[in-house]
Amino acid sequence: MSPDATPLLSAREISVRFGGVLAVNRVSFDVQRGEVFTLIGPNGAGKTTVFNLISRIYQPTSGSIWFDGTELTACPPHEVARLGVARTFQNIELFEHASVLQNLLIGRHTHRRTGFWQDLLFTGAARRAAVQDRERVEHVIDFLDLQHHRDTLIAGLPYGVRKVVELARALCVEPRLLLLDEPSSGLNVEETEDMAYWIHDIRREFGVTVLMVEHDMSLVSKVSDRVLAMNQGEVLAMGRPAEVQSHPGVIEAYLGASQDLSSLRREAA
Amino acid sequence: MRFLFKTSYEQDINLAKHGGHRFWYGALLALLVASPWLLSEYGLAQLTFVLIYGIVGLGLMLLAGFTGLFSIGHAAFLGVGAYTEAALVGLGVPFPIALACAMGLSAAVGVVVGLPALRVKGMYLGISTMAFGFIVAEVFARWESVTGGNSGKHVKAPAIGGWQLDSGTEFYFLCLVLAVGSTLAIVNLLRSPTGRAFVAIRDSEISAQSMGIHLARYKTMSFAISAALAGLGGALYAHMIKFLSPDQFDIIQSIDLLLMVVIGGLGSVHGAFLGAIFLIVMPQAINASKDFLPEAIGQAPGLKAAVYGLVLIAFVLFEPLGLYGRWLKIRTFFTIFPFYRKGMFKRQKSFQKSDRLR
Repeated sequence: MSPDATPLLSAREISVRFGGVLAVNRVSFDVQRGEVFTLIGPNGAGKTTVFNLISRIYQPTSGSIWFDGTELTACPPHEVARLGVARTFQNIELFEHASVLQNLLIGRHTHRRTGFWQDLLFTGAARRAAVQDRERVEHVIDFLDLQHHRDTLIAGLPYGVRKVVELARALCVEPRLLLLDEPSSGLNVEETEDMAYWIHDIRREFGVTVLMVEHDMSLVSKVSDRVLAMNQGEVLAMGRPAEVQSHPGVIEAYLGASQDLSSLRREAA
Repeated sequence: MRFLFKTSYEQDINLAKHGGHRFWYGALLALLVASPWLLSEYGLAQLTFVLIYGIVGLGLMLLAGFTGLFSIGHAAFLGVGAYTEAALVGLGVPFPIALACAMGLSAAVGVVVGLPALRVKGMYLGISTMAFGFIVAEVFARWESVTGGNSGKHVKAPAIGGWQLDSGTEFYFLCLVLAVGSTLAIVNLLRSPTGRAFVAIRDSEISAQSMGIHLARYKTMSFAISAALAGLGGALYAHMIKFLSPDQFDIIQSIDLLLMVVIGGLGSVHGAFLGAIFLIVMPQAINASKDFLPEAIGQAPGLKAAVYGLVLIAFVLFEPLGLYGRWLKIRTFFTIFPFYRKGMFKRQKSFQKSDRLR
């Protein structure tokens, strides 16, 4: 773990209200540097809303989010990536009519070093920047085994590959915090295993802290250091994956009342 | 069939990807340079119009084809450029300065019109730009001290110092240089972060934003560049046509411009010029065919509009990728002969696209 003990991301008492619905209610959590932190919870628990609060798509009704000493909730949305937060989307938001390579190069946007006029004239500096960006992108392509798809349009790719491309695009941002919104949704068992392996590697090789929303409990327990369970916009439990999974409140939220479950458990034993 | 063996990233960055590109674009340029001696005066004038509309088309292509913002008021920018040029040249300003002013003023107007683009999308943006087009057309008609109102305004030949570009050939070369320059500028933008940001905005605003793209800045920039090119085209148009009146910049002109980029092929630089060729050649073809058609059809007043409408519908239905898409298919057919399949260019349905974050 990193010597710096202050949390990388810290959400303090965030709430968000959509009309009469309190989607997130006074949620606080800290994400430590270098850890994989997972949000779980049944549908509609407010996990994705928390993500959208961090990437500034929504404005919290109250509370604040801090990223490495900067108040995210006071940043304009496009600044979030510059600070080092990259994300993927639950339903894949790639640039459909562009090639994989172009998608990944767009991920390099926060690292652009040339201005408009340099781009317009394609000066030497613009050319050098283009080559450097390409090198970084190729590194990610190698890492995620996307060589075959480099020049394919996204519109022609199968779902599983798109998922990986989205992960790759987020990595091209060279983030310090990676937000993964359901990285395994829509993937088959093998692809999900690959994803677990990659999340491990991303942390090891790039030193990226990962915050993810995930339903697949096997993936969750395989990769996460800590888990936060939410239900109806509130925090249910937080701790190591096994602890959270056996927390009575969590079991209740997923399966119904805990008494029912105790009978189930006896049967299983 | 050509196999490209890539050994450096530069190969993907260069404009000419292989010798074939260099040869054919060189040949095209040589042909364009030689055309004053190959074509009749009339043919050269038509070619000049193609270049002028090509410049305007490039601008609209950047906006509609690459940034995904539709403007149904582009004739207004054309008009702003044209009238600025006419007014300044009339005052004796050297034409390069007048051209720069026409571009600058159009770009400034473009920024103002781009402001609603930050809030509205799709059809609503179309409507607001159309409204803007009406307003500007009205201004052209009423501001008689500058535009000459509905009685029109004569445009002097472009001049610098004692040198006047009054011959068709000289003016053709001016247009050619500017068209080539604009094309290079646009393709340069498209291979650099600025252009990629435009494409990102077109395909998914939400993820463009989370990649750190400042939506407002890039949308405004796209409007400004697009309007500047339309202004440049307008300025050249003013010299070409030598007489301006407000009805040249009405809604029909705007729709013609949009038709041009859609038929040329949205999202391709080639499409701008193919569309321009279509826009110039089509009326001539209709005129030529009048003699062969039965009188009831040939002499009908709305013939041109009807044919345009049919062609547009046909393109939207059968060839959404436009003329350039058709060309790509033909080229692919021959390069990979005999392996071409019918569905090769079919876009897969974009499934499960998130509606939540719209």
